[in-house]
Amino acid sequence: MYDFTYHRPTSVADAVALLGSDADAKALAGGQTFIPVLKQRLNKPSKVVDLAGLGLAGISLSGNALVIGASTRHADVAGSADVRRAIPGLAALAGGIGDNQVRHRGTIGGSLANNDPAACYPSAVLALGATIVTNKRSIAADDFFQGMFTTALEAGEIITSVSFPLPVAKSAYAKFNQPASRFALVGVFVAKGPAGVRVAVTGAGQNGVFRQRAMEAALTASWSPDAVAAITTPAADLNSDIHGSAEYRAHLITVMAKRAIAAAG
Amino acid sequence: MPQVTLTVNGKRHTVAVEGRTLLVEVLREKLGLTGTHIGCDTSQCGACVVHVNGDSVKSCTMLALQAEGAEVTTIEGLAKPDGTLHPMQEMFREHHALQCGYCTPGMVMSAIDLVAKHPEGLTEREIREGLDGNLCRCTGYHNIVKAVAAAWPLMHQKAMPQAAE
Ligand SMILES: Cc1cc2nc3c(=O)[nH]c(=O)nc-3n(C[C@H](O)[C@H](O)[C@H](O)COP(=O)(O)OP(=O)(O)OC[C@H]3O[C@@H](n4cnc5c(N)ncnc54)[C@H](O)[C@@H]3O)c2cc1C
Ligand code: FES
Ligand code: FES
Repeated sequence: MYDFTYHRPTSVADAVALLGSDADAKALAGGQTFIPVLKQRLNKPSKVVDLAGLGLAGISLSGNALVIGASTRHADVAGSADVRRAIPGLAALAGGIGDNQVRHRGTIGGSLANNDPAACYPSAVLALGATIVTNKRSIAADDFFQGMFTTALEAGEIITSVSFPLPVAKSAYAKFNQPASRFALVGVFVAKGPAGVRVAVTGAGQNGVFRQRAMEAALTASWSPDAVAAITTPAADLNSDIHGSAEYRAHLITVMAKRAIAAAG
Repeated sequence: MPQVTLTVNGKRHTVAVEGRTLLVEVLREKLGLTGTHIGCDTSQCGACVVHVNGDSVKSCTMLALQAEGAEVTTIEGLAKPDGTLHPMQEMFREHHALQCGYCTPGMVMSAIDLVAKHPEGLTEREIREGLDGNLCRCTGYHNIVKAVAAAWPLMHQKAMPQAAE
């Protein structure tokens, strides 16, 4: 790992100033992606700005939204009674990310900012029509994810929270693990809420998370696993790697969608 | 050079580190606590698991400076001063849950955290999933799962509830 100076600001304004002070300054949240990247010398930050002191952890439930602070750990989302009640599929998703040790450090803000094409959270955020709140603006999920490891975030912009609109009538996530990495080979989040019926797929797309609109239309007409059983996803836009061909992933999308719909009840 | 102050196994230390120094490097190289192992470069094996403020974490995937003010427990901090093993260590011994022993410190630390956080009981499947972050190349996991199940009643000082079996 290349060396850097470590900073732990205690306000969002100070963190933004530190990140803006240097083109090679980088934010650090749970470190469960960033530290492995640093170990491989794939990144050479001058300053590492730890966001842990900003007070951005916490979950709050109001009448029409569930708001999760950017620094909230996966384990805390999974264990939250409020999340389990309001959006059970989201709590279950968080409880299935990586392993206990990853969930004790990794954060929702870090996962979304990273936008790994095999990450779990992007599918929930997109399917639930959530809004990503930063130090300067609010970004709709549909505009936030812009391809593999690419988001609408500008340099030095910090996610402060994620707001999920309520009420959510149905939510569930089904994930086919890549057993070595524990990421999603294919993951499908299904939801019925203020954003309508939505189906979001992670792990499979060449451009990261995407909505399966044919399935959304079928489920809007009739919410049942059978409604999507005959719907296929064109393999041409899907990833192919040593873990699975595009055709295999296309097949898994339908299987995982059916499981998620069944789990959502 | 920056300094980090942390409490390890009940003892406070202040150590000079670089920005890039990992928690596991402080434990092994600065404090001589080599029971915590390093098995991979990719945050996947769990050989390095310790407890930080009561949660199991991979000490290879945390900067030392992120542990400022933290309470850390390593495998060396489990046995009593007279050498009596922690019930989890004792059950690993009793059930032959280790062969080469490389994964064992991390496995034990993860298992203690798992059992402590499940006072309602653990099924075999929950134990296996709960140890997802710890890889063992020797045992085939079977005896590890048995040891963890056997440690549950000792740690909670009651029988494992029926419902969880
Ligand atoms: C063994 C293992 C298994 C895993 N399995 C899964 C899995 O199954 N599913 C899954 O989804 N993920 C998985 N992960 C990734 C994990 O969820 C990470 O925690 C997550 O991707 C990154 O979150 P973090 O808080 O650790 O962020 P970090 O690693 O600290 O940061 C990641 C990136 O986001 C930026 N960043 C962080 N916070 C913010 C913010 N608030 N605003 C702007 N930018 C920010 C950082 O600068 C960095 O570029 C796994 C990781 C490991 C090591
Ligand atoms: S050394 Fe492998 S996870 Fe830490
Ligand atoms: S006992 Fe050898 S790796 Fe687990």
